Amino acid sequence: MELQEFITNFANQFEETDPSVFTKDTIFKDLDEWSSLLALSIIAMVDEEYGVSFKGDDIRNASTVEDLYMILKNKS
Amino acid sequence: MYNPFSLSGKTILVTGASSGIGKATAIECSKLGANVIITGRSRERLNETFSELESEGHTQVIADLCETNSLQKLVSEIKSIDGIVHSAGITKNIPFQFATIDKLSEVMNLNFFAPTELTRLLVKLKKINKGGSIVFISSVSGVLCSAPASSIYSASKGALNGLIKGIALDLAPRGIRVNSVIPGVVETNIFEDGVISEEQLEENKRMYPLKRFGKPNEIAHGVIYLLSDASAWVTGSNLLIDGGLTLQ
Repeated sequence: MELQEFITNFANQFEETDPSVFTKDTIFKDLDEWSSLLALSIIAMVDEEYGVSFKGDDIRNASTVEDLYMILKNKS
Repeated sequence: MYNPFSLSGKTILVTGASSGIGKATAIECSKLGANVIITGRSRERLNETFSELESEGHTQVIADLCETNSLQKLVSEIKSIDGIVHSAGITKNIPFQFATIDKLSEVMNLNFFAPTELTRLLVKLKKINKGGSIVFISSVSGVLCSAPASSIYSASKGALNGLIKGIALDLAPRGIRVNSVIPGVVETNIFEDGVISEEQLEENKRMYPLKRFGKPNEIAHGVIYLLSDASAWVTGSNLLIDGGLTLQ
């Protein structure tokens, strides 16, 4: 599992935000497009791509994309 | 004492009785004089409900309604009943682009196919008495509205909505009534998987004119109206209990 691949999968859930915006340090909740529906999309993507069940609190406790990646690594 | 909502002398089957709306309904039915048959998957949790039922004469049957054998065993243990409360169900919060057939099947199996088949078998075997009442716990979601990431759940409840109207017509000649209760969000452990954060749930509450989610008993009392002879001329209807959610 690679961070770069995770960033790409993460960015793919967004429609309006350009993929080039996303780095490991992106504070995703500050993005204009961020919403509760997107949080559910991230949870579903992680389930589909990595077979890991995220909870709403995992998203809440993360600030950057890398934070989420670390949570994912710990759970897989 | 005069009580048009009494269930005295009636035998009521309640599915999903180990938690939430099903548990509250089973307990309230027993308090209104019904003999209750409760069913659920978890022996431990079903036992908890059973111990809270008032007075004697109740039955509990462990069953997984999605398993054909288990469903048939449940049906075989039922002699004759006056009411069914279909309360077993699951939610799934998943954005549509991730709503695969597998995910859809999981929800449809429990929310739609299982209660449909259970009802069909009980009707076919003539185990529901004349004057009986069948109540489905449906939802505002899928009948009046939906919510983000709720397409699968809404679809299952929308399917039930159509089914109820059809069955209501087919069973009217037998004197059996078929209705649903359509609640807004109720405080149960249905979100215990934690996919929806506490924070988000608090935000959702603010969408309700009455500023809170429902309580299981508040749904159970609607169910009891539909089970009792007070609703003898009500069939094919959806009883809305939603804290005003769908007003605006």
